Order: sequence, then C-alpha cells, then structure tokens
Amino acid sequence: MTTLKPDAVVVGGGAAGMAAALELEKAGRSCVVVEREEGLGGILMQCAHAGFGLVEFDEELTGPEFAERFAEKVLASKVTVLDGATALELRDEGERKVLDCCSAKRGVVRIEARAVVLAMGCRERNRGNVRIPGSRPAGVYTAGLAQRLVNIEGVVPGRRVVVIGSGDIGLIMARRMSWIGAKVEAVVEILPYPSGLTRNIVQCLEDFGIPLYLGHQTTRIFGKDRVEGVEIAPLENGSLDLSRARTIPCDTVLLSVGLVPENELSRGAGVELNPATGGPKVDSTLMTSVPGVFACGNVLHVHDLVDWVAEEARRAGAHAAAWLGGERPGPELRVKAGANVRYVAPVKVDLTRKNRVYFRSLAVLHGATLEARIDRRVVKKLRKGHVQPSEMQSIELGPEDFADLVEAGTDAVLEIALVQERL
Amino acid sequence: MSEARDVLVIGAGVSGACVARRLSAYELDVVLVDREPDVSFGTSKANSGIVHGGFHHPGTKLKARLEMQGNLMFERLKRELDFPFERCGIVVAALHDEEMRAIEQLHRQGLENGAVGIEMCSRERILELEPALGPEVVGGLHAPGGGIVEPYRFVFAVVESALKNGVSLRTGFKAVRAERSGEAWRVYSEDGRVIEARWVVNAAGLYADEVSRLFGAEEFSIKPRKGEYYLLDRAAKAKPRKVVFPVPAANSKGMLVIPTVEGTVLVGPTADDVEDKSDFGTTRERLERILASARSLVPAVSEADVIASFAGLRPIAGDDFYIDLSAKAPNLVQVAGIQSPGLTASPAIGEYVKDLLKKGGLRLVEKASYDPFLEPKRRVRETDAFGIDRLVAEDPAYGNIVCRCERVSEAEIVAAIRAGHDTLDGIKYFTRAQMGRCQGGFCTYRIIKIIMRETGKGWNEVTKRGGASRLVEGEL
Repeated sequence: MTTLKPDAVVVGGGAAGMAAALELEKAGRSCVVVEREEGLGGILMQCAHAGFGLVEFDEELTGPEFAERFAEKVLASKVTVLDGATALELRDEGERKVLDCCSAKRGVVRIEARAVVLAMGCRERNRGNVRIPGSRPAGVYTAGLAQRLVNIEGVVPGRRVVVIGSGDIGLIMARRMSWIGAKVEAVVEILPYPSGLTRNIVQCLEDFGIPLYLGHQTTRIFGKDRVEGVEIAPLENGSLDLSRARTIPCDTVLLSVGLVPENELSRGAGVELNPATGGPKVDSTLMTSVPGVFACGNVLHVHDLVDWVAEEARRAGAHAAAWLGGERPGPELRVKAGANVRYVAPVKVDLTRKNRVYFRSLAVLHGATLEARIDRRVVKKLRKGHVQPSEMQSIELGPEDFADLVEAGTDAVLEIALVQERL
Repeated sequence: MSEARDVLVIGAGVSGACVARRLSAYELDVVLVDREPDVSFGTSKANSGIVHGGFHHPGTKLKARLEMQGNLMFERLKRELDFPFERCGIVVAALHDEEMRAIEQLHRQGLENGAVGIEMCSRERILELEPALGPEVVGGLHAPGGGIVEPYRFVFAVVESALKNGVSLRTGFKAVRAERSGEAWRVYSEDGRVIEARWVVNAAGLYADEVSRLFGAEEFSIKPRKGEYYLLDRAAKAKPRKVVFPVPAANSKGMLVIPTVEGTVLVGPTADDVEDKSDFGTTRERLERILASARSLVPAVSEADVIASFAGLRPIAGDDFYIDLSAKAPNLVQVAGIQSPGLTASPAIGEYVKDLLKKGGLRLVEKASYDPFLEPKRRVRETDAFGIDRLVAEDPAYGNIVCRCERVSEAEIVAAIRAGHDTLDGIKYFTRAQMGRCQGGFCTYRIIKIIMRETGKGWNEVTKRGGASRLVEGEL
C-alpha cells in the first residue's frame, strides 16, 4: 500500500474538485485529487450540449470544453491526480485526515492530509426514491444514465420515450433523444411548474413540440420484459384525480426527478449534514463540522450552473489553503432560511469580510424582494423580480451590512427571506 | 439432442436447488433445469429472506416440521457454502393487550415445536431486546433462533455446490411435454431440448401445477399470492436489530420490518391473491399500506429512505406444503406449494425428498468424492484496505470498483458472468451491484460493457433478465 502525504486532498475531479485544487496550488499547498473515472472532468464529460461557461469564460461551451479548460491547468500544475481511483473511506483523526482509495493501476493508496476538500458531486434520484409503482421491466433509466449511453457509449436507449420529471437533465435528454430519431411522447412533471431552467423548457421542449404535462403524477409503469407504457393522472388540490388517468405507450422511461448530494464518504468521517440540502453544514469558509474538511459544488448543495460550482469551489480551495496557513474565520453569524426560502448555503457568515450566500426559493414568485434580516430588522433589500425554485439565487453580504450588529447581540441570526411584492 | 439422467429436477429455486445438492452426495447423474435464464429467478428471489423461528405453524403440519429441521441446518450450511446468514432473532410485537393473547398462542406453539429459547416478553423486555420498536408496544414474543439470509445468494451457493459435485444445470429450459419411454421419462423443452431421466422431481414453484399435468400426475392448482416490499437505504434510521413481526393476519404472517443481512432494511410483504403468475407489479395503495403498517411497529420507517420497491409471488397450494411421491405418475416426486416458511425449510426439503426417492426405489450410494465446501468468494466489500491492496496485486480488476454504492469490483462481476450469471438481474443478485442507493444509475453501463466483453454479445443482445428484456436498441 502506497502512502501519500500532501497538505490537502480533494475528493472528486469534476468542476468543483479541479477549481478547488488549482486554488490550493496557487497558494503553494501540495494537493492530491482523487477521481473515480479515468481522466478529469466528472459528469461534464457526458454533457455534450452547449450552455456552460457563460459566467466563467464569457462564452458558451460544451461540458467537455468547459472541463478541458480546467483540466489543462490542473495537468500543467504540480497537483497530483489519482484517477480511476475510488475513495473507500475518509477518517478524521484530528490533525490528520486519512483517505483510502483503490484503483486497478495502483492498488490501495492511503492519503494522509491536514485538509480535505469534498467535491464528490451528486447522484440522481431514482424510481424507488420517488416510489413509482408498477412492474420492473427493462428500459427505465435515469436521465443521466441515458445521457451517458447516448453521448459517450453511442447507443440508442429506446425509440418511444416518456420523461418523468422536468429537471434540466431530463429536458436536455428529451431534446437529445429527439435528435437521434426517437419520439419523445411526453414530459411529466408532478409540480405545477417546471423543475428545470426556463431556457431548457424553451430550447428542449417547445422547439421540438414535446408536450409537458404539469401537475401530473406517474401512477404506474407497465410492461413485462421491456417497458410498454406509463399511466399518469392529474393532481387536483394535491390529490390524484384517477378519473382523468391516461396511459402513454412507450418503450423507454427516463427519470429526471432530482439530484442528491453524495455524502456517504462525508457521513463516515462524522461530517454533519443539512437535511434541507443533503449536503454538509458549512461555515463562512465552507468548512464542515469537522475542522479541516471543506465542501463545495454539488456535494454541498445542488447547483444549476457549473459556473457557480467553479466560483464556490475556488473559495473552498482558497479557504482550505488559508486554514492550512493557520487562518481562522472571524466572528460569525448564523444564517437561516426565512419565508419562501428552501435553504441557504453556507449557514454562517463572517462579520469581518464579504460573504456570498447561495439559496433557492420554495415557490414561483412574480415580483419578489429579497430581504436579509437580523432580528427582524432588514439590513439588506434587493428587488429580484421573478424567482423560481429551479434557479439558484445568491446574495453578497459584507461588514457594512452588519454595522448594527453590536446592538443586536452575538446570538443574533441572519434570515434570508423572499417577500412577494403587492400585486 | 437427448441426454439420459438418473434424476431430473424441474425448478432451480430454493427447493429444487436443495434437492439437487442433496442428491449430488450420491452416485447419481442429476440434472437441474429452470425455465428462466438464471437460477433463483422465481419465488426465491423476491421474499423476506427469513429463517423462521418455529412458532408460526402447528407441529401437525409438514411445513412446521420441515421448518424446525431446516432452521437448525443453517450454521453448517453457511460454513460450507459462504452465503450471508445471521441468526439475529425475531420479535413479534403486540400493540395492545388483546394481541398478547395471540402472542401466548404463538408462544405455546413454539414451545410445542421445540423452538429453542422462545420467550414471552413484557414491554420493558421487548424494548430492551429491540429498541427500534415504537412506544405503543405492550409486549411480545422473542424467538432467538430466527434469522436472516440473502435468499438468492443462498440459492446461488447451493446450486454452485451441486454443480461442483457433478450436477448439470440447464437454464431457459421450459418443460412443455413429458412422456414415458421404457423405464424413464422423456421431457421436452419449448426450444426443442430433450432430457431423459428415470426419476423426476417437480419443484416448479408457481408452475408446479402445470408441470404435474404434463406428467399426467395429480391435479392441483397453484394460486399466486403477491407480496409487495419496500427496500430502504442502509443509512436508514429505522434499522431494527431483529426481525420485527406484527401479530399474524389470517392469510399471512403480516408485514414485517427486516434488517437484511447486507445492512439494508426491508419492509413488507403484503398478501394478495392474484391470477397472473407473471404479474410482479406493485401498486400505490399497497405500498402505502406497507409504510403505515411498518411505522406502527418501528416509527422511524420513512419514505425518504426508500430505494426500491418490488413484488414476489408465493405459490399457494392449500395451507401446507405438498411433498410426496406421485400416486398417479410413476417415478415422480411432487414438491409443491412451497410458500413461507419454504426458504427456512428448504435444506430439510432436500433431505425429505431424498428419503422419498429412496422409498420409491432409487438406489442411493454415497459418493466418496462429495465435497460440501465451496471456496469462499472474495469480495472487496468485505475486505479491509490492506486486503484489497493484496487482491489488486493478484488481479488488478479488484481495484476497479464498478458499483460504488455496494462496493463491487470488476473482478467480482467477471466471476459472476463466468459462473453463468450474464443478465443484469443475474449479476445484481449474485454480486449486489445495482442493488444500492443509486439502483444502477452509475454502474449499469459499466456492467453492460463487461458483459459484452466477457460474452462477445452486442449492445442490443444484453438483457435485464433474458427474453425480450433488452436494454438498448443498439448503436447510433
């Protein structure tokens, strides 16, 4: 068994892991990136469509192009990349964190580091998670698996497709399946509004004439050997109206019903998770409840744009480097989700510097105002206009916003709320 | 293409497998056949995976006697065959005082059957034994002799042992015709294969009635009784230490909360009589009922932890097992109606059928070369970091983790394929790959590619479970 002793280990070589590693290297810290797949890039490598990098590079790139820009820098740097390696276990031994990983090339490699950046990304929710009854034929795939099959393996998953859920990958796969000659019969969404970005609804469904059934639940998948169809029914006031159930014949069902941060490794190391996101609870430096362990990207909370992942990961990398150099956060204030807000990340802000807090709304609001409040006093107010759960939001808060805090006391809580303007 | 054998066992579920393995200890030429593309693909793959505690049935029943006998055989079998089994114990929880009367009944039955260590429990005692129970519990029963087993892995191991000792296996063999040919039976499969055998054991599970008819033997009918289940993530909070039963219902033992031997939690089954023997569909109403029932026993059961749902069919032929020499057809043994506690009883069914064959005139000569032991399988999941490093040094494929959720390496998948499990479901049941929290989201394409490499099949030839269950249409 080989043992490596870098300053930091980054778990995951996707957008988040690469961005964090580059920051650590820039700060002069030695760093190892562990990646399961052969080569860097993570899930970006199967995202053949364009739409990446508008914020980061001010141009529209495909997933692999976006990944390539980071990967080139990583490979040209002193960062050690262990690819084709699966992380087995992360242990917190106080000053020292131990990560065991194994690969066909190198056997088991033990990495002992003082800091860890978690960047494992997320996984797709599956049929069991959303409890769709019926039979269990071949032809039921998550949208991401279908994307892999089409874009990388070059195979056709099926000819007549129903997409369940209107998450972004599902919408993109509806278009992709149309392009390869399959007929996409429908996209079925249980919520009264789409789960994916508006631009994807337009570009992936409307441009292809694919019907979108909002407020419909999939009540059954049927078929003996291969999928033969699905049965859907509308929801009226939250309950199923089975009298209006209908069946849609198809040979393939793609599921795009949400993503879950992959935190099995984190949990094993004792990292405390936030039930609202499924990701770790992090402080203003993106450090988890285990000192020296940081988190960023989709393992922290599910992002909708990779550009935000890279931004967040750079901060995590820089904070990890600073932490290794002995820096500790200043006095912090707890942040919580207020009205109409599903979650906030991080859950703490540093009173002495500029902070960025990401959050998602719980509802579709036309004409919303964002309010940051400390003990009911509004310290910052921003007009947001239209907000919807599928589009992640952020707010910047700096020392000037906390000027009155002495008065409020140290156990004050910062609340992020979305207020519907009077119609 | 005809083969001549001493014994043909029809059905490679748990009963047929145990019969075949038992017979493999003798100087006999035995062939085991199954209509499905792999073994254990019928009732044996979708059940509660429980070694029962010997208190649910009166000792007058054959199934109770075989349950008691089979239960005691599992430690030895585990030592010989290396399959997941744990004698974790069973509790039956009473939720009000009237249910305690039923508990007394079960207790008395258990004592009469000779269930070792069975005891009545006060509320305090049962909560101490099983802290996952809810506050409503008033008392119950504890059967320390009950346990859990991974049912398909048990069948795979039993079949592997039988094959090692000379039994032949023919999958995809759906018997459609049988005729007498001198002193033997000639049995034809749908795809034109023919097997000749002096003796036939009908262990065809859901189809035992149809097989009996092929031989002109007893008329009976097998009614499928569906059981639906939810599988919960291994990280679920609702993980009991012991198998938790409610007080039994009229036609079943009720819906249970089961800590599986591989660390996940299973809740179910329902019990509903259905007509179609191939109807493995689940329904919303029944699945909701399972959660409600499970929560009344173990309140921490949560839908948020569900990773899969599935259904199995119990083959019902009256309220007892039907295992006997056919009175109508010569040289035929019926092994039918093997519902609960069939898995528990199966090793004893092997013994019992062997004795019936002997009684019927089959000469049993012990085979000197019989070896009951299988080489333990090497699994990355059960190996520490140093051990994995050694495995990779031997074969780098142990370092390629294909299924991350259940930690299954490429080497284990290759071994499964080489042992004949070359469908996605076969590999799932053999290795656990695709059985974890992502349910194959990450590893399905990797497994398909390994199957293609090992078998030379194309993309559109790999199936989920044989037949028309192809996975993709083909290349772009």
